[in-house]
Amino acid sequence: MARHEGRGMASVNYPIGMNLGGDPSQALIHSNPDGKFTVALSAIDLGQGMKQVSRQIAAETLGVPIEDVFVDTADSDTGPHDMGSFASRGTHRMGNAIIVAAREARGVLLEAAAEELEVNASDLVTDGRGNIHVRGAPSKTITVKATAQAAQFKQGKTIAGRGIFLIPLSAVDAETGEMNPNTAFAHACLVADVAVDDETGEVEVLRMTSAYELGRVINPRMVEQQLVGGAWMGISHALYETPEPYYPNPEHGPRDFNEYLMPGPGEIAPYHVTVLERPAPDGPFGGKGPGEMCANPVLPAIANAVYNAVGVRVDELPITPEKILRGIKANGGAKPGPRRGGPVNWR
Amino acid sequence: MAKIPVQFRLNGSDRAAFVDAQETLLNTLRRGLGDFSPKYGCGQGTCGVCSVLVDGEPQLSCLTLSVACEGRHVETAAGLADGPNLHPLQAAFMDHFAAQCGFCTPGMLTAARALLAKNPSPSRDDVIEAISGNICRCTGYEPIVAAILAAASAPGARRA
Amino acid sequence: MLEMRKDIFADERDDNLNVIGKGLQRQDAPGHVTGRTRYFDDHAFEGMLHLKVVRSPHAHARIRSIDISAAERAPGVKRVLRGADVPVNKNTLLSLINFGKDDEPTLAVDKVRYKGEPVVAILADSEAQALAARKLVRIDYEPLPTVFDVEEALKPGAPVVNETYPGNYFEYHERFDHQKLRFGDVERAFSGADIVMEHRYQMSPIEHAPTETNGTIAAPEQNGRFVVHSCAQGLFFALGTTAKIVDVESNRLHFIGGTVGGGFGGKVDSLTEPLAVLGAMLTGKPVRFVLDREEEMLYGSPRGAERIYIKDGVMRDGRIVARYIRSYFDAGAYTRLSSYAAIKCTAHVPGPYWIPNVASDIYVAYTNRCPSTAMRGFGVTAVDFALEVQMDRLAEAASMDPMEFRILNAYRDGDMKPHRRAAKNTALVECVQVAAEKANWPLSEQAKRQSSLTGGAGERGQIPATTVDTKGQIGRPETRTGTATQTLPAGTARIPLSKQPVMEGARDGRAAPTQVPRYEPARPAAAATPAYAPPPYQPASPPAAPSYQPAPPPVSAPASPAQTQHGAVRFSSVFGTRRR
Repeated sequence: MARHEGRGMASVNYPIGMNLGGDPSQALIHSNPDGKFTVALSAIDLGQGMKQVSRQIAAETLGVPIEDVFVDTADSDTGPHDMGSFASRGTHRMGNAIIVAAREARGVLLEAAAEELEVNASDLVTDGRGNIHVRGAPSKTITVKATAQAAQFKQGKTIAGRGIFLIPLSAVDAETGEMNPNTAFAHACLVADVAVDDETGEVEVLRMTSAYELGRVINPRMVEQQLVGGAWMGISHALYETPEPYYPNPEHGPRDFNEYLMPGPGEIAPYHVTVLERPAPDGPFGGKGPGEMCANPVLPAIANAVYNAVGVRVDELPITPEKILRGIKANGGAKPGPRRGGPVNWR
Repeated sequence: MAKIPVQFRLNGSDRAAFVDAQETLLNTLRRGLGDFSPKYGCGQGTCGVCSVLVDGEPQLSCLTLSVACEGRHVETAAGLADGPNLHPLQAAFMDHFAAQCGFCTPGMLTAARALLAKNPSPSRDDVIEAISGNICRCTGYEPIVAAILAAASAPGARRA
Repeated sequence: MLEMRKDIFADERDDNLNVIGKGLQRQDAPGHVTGRTRYFDDHAFEGMLHLKVVRSPHAHARIRSIDISAAERAPGVKRVLRGADVPVNKNTLLSLINFGKDDEPTLAVDKVRYKGEPVVAILADSEAQALAARKLVRIDYEPLPTVFDVEEALKPGAPVVNETYPGNYFEYHERFDHQKLRFGDVERAFSGADIVMEHRYQMSPIEHAPTETNGTIAAPEQNGRFVVHSCAQGLFFALGTTAKIVDVESNRLHFIGGTVGGGFGGKVDSLTEPLAVLGAMLTGKPVRFVLDREEEMLYGSPRGAERIYIKDGVMRDGRIVARYIRSYFDAGAYTRLSSYAAIKCTAHVPGPYWIPNVASDIYVAYTNRCPSTAMRGFGVTAVDFALEVQMDRLAEAASMDPMEFRILNAYRDGDMKPHRRAAKNTALVECVQVAAEKANWPLSEQAKRQSSLTGGAGERGQIPATTVDTKGQIGRPETRTGTATQTLPAGTARIPLSKQPVMEGARDGRAAPTQVPRYEPARPAAAATPAYAPPPYQPASPPAAPSYQPAPPPVSAPASPAQTQHGAVRFSSVFGTRRR
């Protein structure tokens, strides 16, 4: 009776946004008379960080400090239509709509500043710290605040912008499956190290090592949140979770958190992620969306690691101790596979 | 059914409510007194999002009868900050990006606050034990554990 | 722990940005740590009623009678609702984009099709009173035979779960009982392969288990409007669904949400909004309808299970030459979003690899279980599990290292995917290389030298001659096994490239969004394309010049009447067009 260590890997890609398109997002941006901006959306933040992603994209495009932008979402009376937060579409679809809206608002801002400075708007640049000045002549300058006040009370201009992003809906061929599914794809490869106890059938995830390519990273701390939390969910899907333990038999389902199993803080697996950025040609600043795919490679990587550890293929999720023990018994004992590589190059 | 008067301190201030005999503290806090920081997650004591302190002890407010809190001191996450100044736990949760959807956060903070009040320098295992009754579906727990450990070593962390 | 590798693809980026790429604090973090963040349930209303539903105890049964008289007289009960009280008591979620037929009641009328299906709704002054009255509702059921296995459900003679789809399958294109993918000739390639391997994989259903359960508070506002505090993952999606079911104009509903205690796909079904709004309309009072944890766990619609069969043909040198996938999505009793996921899955086949011959048949099957819905990775997570375990097996069979095997077969820029669009912006090879390096998993020098930028396109960028068939035709049972095949010549493409994104917003004289990259040129839609004689597909051209020409707003661009969508029902134009 022994604990066997094993290593498995998986590589995946993931489509960004609703398959076939047809999922528009709209954004409205306006400034108050002091040059402080509100981004009005009907997007949903369910923890993934929609508000902050929208805020950073708006601030970057407007050319103003992040503190001067707040995102207001979601109120159907003030936020224009958005399809919703699913299909990894938030950053990509809404981000693009915000860029369009922010560009328009920025255009008015620069026009108003140009009128005050008596120059051409095309000669103006923002410094990202709340100032607008003539390119190459930083002394010829006006603050965003003074510009907004002039626009509102002197020039009669609305510093505002509207934007929509829509990939028009397209069709599917019945016979060949030909279609225009998605335009941006993210990528990942993940290695899982596990230990399998051949007496109890229990699997411990020792550590995971991954590389994700996510287009432009809008906020690395929030990417880390998604990837770390999603990997935990991947472990949970792989080893624990099921509302129907003997699917398709519908009986014996859990009713609450005592019966529905998920790993707790005591089962955290150390995890190292390396992030690559190949900007999506149509993404906001090249951004894609890591929200959904972060669990996907974990499931097969753990299954493959279990096989490497004890020689048992579990093709029906979750990979329970019962299934592993039945497999070991059928094989006449644990059959560890070849060792793959050495200690990880981190920690 | 006749209502029963109950008085207790909530985050340092005296509060009173008329409650049903079987009414939970969670319901009284949320629907009676307007403190929405404890959340409803299961009503069965299995998820920890309704955690509060009663006389400094962590309690699941969904399983605590309001009438049992007569004369006691109830503390919720809404009372954790010292006026405009965040508690070190709150600052650490922000620094470590330990909240995503934020729904488990008040309960997590409450569990951590109870831990640090008793054990100012907890080990990683102590932290894990302290939050093992609190479910988070977003973060994978690691940022939460790291935040609590960081807060424990910050000045002022034991402030009740 | 997160590490950025800025050196890879560095020449494709400008990293001189102000706030993009910075790990700035989240706008919502202060609210989260102070407990001030307001979720849907964190709103107080005087005189609020509580709604609870009576659910079916049977997985499949005819409803003989419903007696609500005792419940109506119970203490605190203000109203009891049955199916007849729901103005439009049949809906399908994707009807908002005109996809699929209405197949699901809000409250069951003649029949229940899964255990836990709502039949009666009770509105009372307190939750306890609503729960007590729930026990007083008398429903007389006649149990019916059940089916729980997706493949059993598709066999002739299986109990009919959902009469809208009498074959227990979603109908694609009004022609087939499944969605097809055909690229090359898999059968011929299998016969020429050194190794052929087929395995069966089974994904488990999964409960989303957000810490915040599904719920809604709806209350009368002014001017005949209703304010609705919603947990929805799509605010207007829930608004549109509710407006249709309660039969009011959309501007009578004022939805507020956007701050949700976890979703993961479990809050896209509008499980509580329609009944809460209907209750508020009928009683004139605020109504709170929140699922308890047991309801959320058992009836909050799970991730659907998928059964997947993969057959692969591999050469001794490790090249995969053919892949065939047959998969069954378990929709449960109603369609919800499964029909969409099967198409998304079809687009995902065969995973991030270039394989010259690929085919798949993906079915959506109805069973007597709680309807399944979207969950994180919808349409992809399960097939990725199956594909990557299969890849591990194939690598072993070909005596190759699993990492080297992935790199050898990885798709690269310019490779033709089976759905007949060229791959762009790929990065699988680099991800495998970096993961191997960090995990200290040795790779050969040759594998380390590979790149996503090279080695693709050319012959790999062509559409091969393709065998198509009529297996699974709807309507004539005998055709469900017969296979009339036909071969499409190489280069055949039928669906126009219509993916030019609309980015509308700039006004005359204002700075236009000139620097938003365009990624595919506009192409005229092929007019009246005859079957089997389409304009040849051309690989993507270089990006158009970055001069912005305002596209017409989508409302003024009526959908081509000839264009069918997913095949089931024609899409109108954009989301929000309600179909009655």
